[in-house]
Amino acid sequence: MTVVASFLVPVHPHPLLAPEANEGYGRLRAAFEEAAARIEASGADLIIVYSTTWPSIIGHQIQADPNPVWNLVDHDFHDLGTMHYDFQIDAEFAHAWRDAAEQRGLTARTVNYHGFPIDVGSVVSLSLLNRNNRIPAAIVSSNVYANRAETTVLAKSCIDAAQAAGKKVAVVAAMSLSNRMFTRRIEPEDDRIHSLKDDEWNSKILQFLGDGRLEDVGQLSRTIHNQIRVQKVVAFKPMWFLSAMNDHRNDLTGEVLAYEALHGAGGAVVHLDPASNGKGDKEYDEEDVEVFGGDRNVLDTESDHAEDGTTAPQAPASSPGSGPALWDPVEGEDAVNTDTAPKPVGAYPHARRVGDMLYLSGVGPRQPGTNAIPGGPIHDEAGQPLDYDIKAQTQAVVTNVERVLKEAGGSLEDVVDVTSFLVDMDRDFAGYNEVWAETLGKVGPTRTTLAIRALPTPIAVEMKVVAHLPK
Amino acid sequence: MGGGQIVAGCLAPHPPHLVYAESPPQNEPKAEGGWEQLRWGYDRLRASLAEVEHDVVVILSPHWQTYVGTHFLGLPRFEGFSVDPVFPNLFRYTYDLSIDLDLAEGIHAEAMSAGLDAHMMRNPDFRVDYGTITTAHLTDPSWSKPLVVISSNRSRHYYSVEVMQEMMAELGRATRKAIEASGKRAVVLASNSLSHRHFTTEPEVPEDMSHEHITSHAMHLWDMRIIDHMINGRSKQLLDEMPEFTDQAIAETDGGALTWLLHALDLPDYNATLHGYGTVIGTGNAIVEWPAWRHREDSA
Repeated sequence: MTVVASFLVPVHPHPLLAPEANEGYGRLRAAFEEAAARIEASGADLIIVYSTTWPSIIGHQIQADPNPVWNLVDHDFHDLGTMHYDFQIDAEFAHAWRDAAEQRGLTARTVNYHGFPIDVGSVVSLSLLNRNNRIPAAIVSSNVYANRAETTVLAKSCIDAAQAAGKKVAVVAAMSLSNRMFTRRIEPEDDRIHSLKDDEWNSKILQFLGDGRLEDVGQLSRTIHNQIRVQKVVAFKPMWFLSAMNDHRNDLTGEVLAYEALHGAGGAVVHLDPASNGKGDKEYDEEDVEVFGGDRNVLDTESDHAEDGTTAPQAPASSPGSGPALWDPVEGEDAVNTDTAPKPVGAYPHARRVGDMLYLSGVGPRQPGTNAIPGGPIHDEAGQPLDYDIKAQTQAVVTNVERVLKEAGGSLEDVVDVTSFLVDMDRDFAGYNEVWAETLGKVGPTRTTLAIRALPTPIAVEMKVVAHLPK
Repeated sequence: MGGGQIVAGCLAPHPPHLVYAESPPQNEPKAEGGWEQLRWGYDRLRASLAEVEHDVVVILSPHWQTYVGTHFLGLPRFEGFSVDPVFPNLFRYTYDLSIDLDLAEGIHAEAMSAGLDAHMMRNPDFRVDYGTITTAHLTDPSWSKPLVVISSNRSRHYYSVEVMQEMMAELGRATRKAIEASGKRAVVLASNSLSHRHFTTEPEVPEDMSHEHITSHAMHLWDMRIIDHMINGRSKQLLDEMPEFTDQAIAETDGGALTWLLHALDLPDYNATLHGYGTVIGTGNAIVEWPAWRHREDSA
């Protein structure tokens, strides 16, 4: 398991600098200390901080100074005192994370500059959660223009790097819930959540998190941002990051350790344990993404169009760590492409029509949109073999073939010839043959089945199909 | 006392790229130039300000962002090292600046009297924001004048552009009254760009000007419209259009500096001087001066 614990913590300096000023600040301080103890107990050897008080513009920035030392003074609450910090940063991991992010199509860079101003959210978090500075940390910025896809891919790249390094990670989202503060200075004893509406929304969010429903909060993030967030540049994004770090799960074991007002804003310390709460996961119904293909190349001036006027295939920057990069199908006069079939892993169309004949590119079982493999992948990202269901994979191949044929105006009835590829003939032929008999076997195309060493993605079966379309 | 006056007010944006391009000794990174249109604009502004005697420079920067009132640097001197958290590759600047504490406290008192929440910042460990440092450097690289440094209250984010304008109008009037009461001659600087949509990637050589242009035609049209108001003495119309401009151009006027400046200048109806316009990583930047002293002489 890569992520061994996740936490939400507030960004205001009060629990660090003035825990005695207000009972609520003191309870937050105690909750920070409890969270620190749980991180120690989790066996984490790396703390990841995603901080909303470190905005960035040029992609995401990752702190890579091995030992940043400075004195920080809050812009608003400078009268509370100075926060001295002296952190241990895992610079090697920071560079690996940047590389993994770039491999997934993100713009990312490390920063290693004497005197770089580490933000208040990160300083409060690391000062209170890692007080003896024993566990190395990594800090990442929150890009002001990033959407959910970019934030999700950022988290996946973090997991890529952590898995490659064999790290056990505690993830910290430094953020407020409602972030509307009183706009005039108040005495600590008068502190309360700014409005009843903010308090009610905060309570609802904490109810979800207490139930371990992290992905549900992620899907509500845009609504939450509109309802209880001052419209600053950094939106309610950390839930996207945190959810992606936890595989978009809704069955975590959650516990709210404290919830208090911080000059009107909502501050909570929440622990999300990856152990299942036993209630069963919920359906994940937002599009998952593996590679970011957004607008990060806006400075590029080269034409995206080929000289003949057709759209040239867009090659991703490079391959993601979990498999080959996905491409948009190549367009052309005779090409047949559909969003209902999985994206290609190279520059080719789903099918090509020649007269009445339709030639399909090799079709596997991956699912369009999610890229998930029914029946499971045949190995994990480290190449370790996994158990899988060949019948489920074969059925998914046939379904994908049917989708491409439908796009061309045909059906399975039109298939005349199939070449099948199996990566493990001994193990899988019987199961594959069973599904064949129930589907294409009833149509009666000619068939050739070959054993091969591997396919580009972690699948066990692929089919090359030729069809004769109706007039 | 009394008899003080604002001798000039300027829109003086703070892209750290301009300091980087200039490669002054205070800044660690060095460049092969870049953004010359804007840097030439600052040359012209400096030459113009050199013609007018002044005692103090008052700056409002959008990068000292405060949510609980308006804050003023409140110690006689601040020295330190400023690193831009967004462009640390370009801006790592050693600064040493003096504060006109009397005037800072005077504006603070006037702001309080006007009903604004205001605070003096007296923590010696405080790091001065890079927007203030960049604007101060570009207008006076020798740092020859004491400063008054005012934070940017983010009322636009809490409420609306309209509320921001009301608060910044009060702060502008308070600034003018305090300067007049001080007997000093002040240059007042609003440190903000105009349209503020960035590119989200950076060329391998940051100063490679073949990549520099406005992010969209709409941004360009807005910038030109606002500049046209400024150079034709239409302050009130500019302020009327500020909500639409700020929202549609994602403009850095959201920090309130330009509204504050125009009210400190008492809504000038004379023509401002455009010293330069250019883009920095896609954002629109204008260097504009309202030569109040010359206007007074011409009117006398």
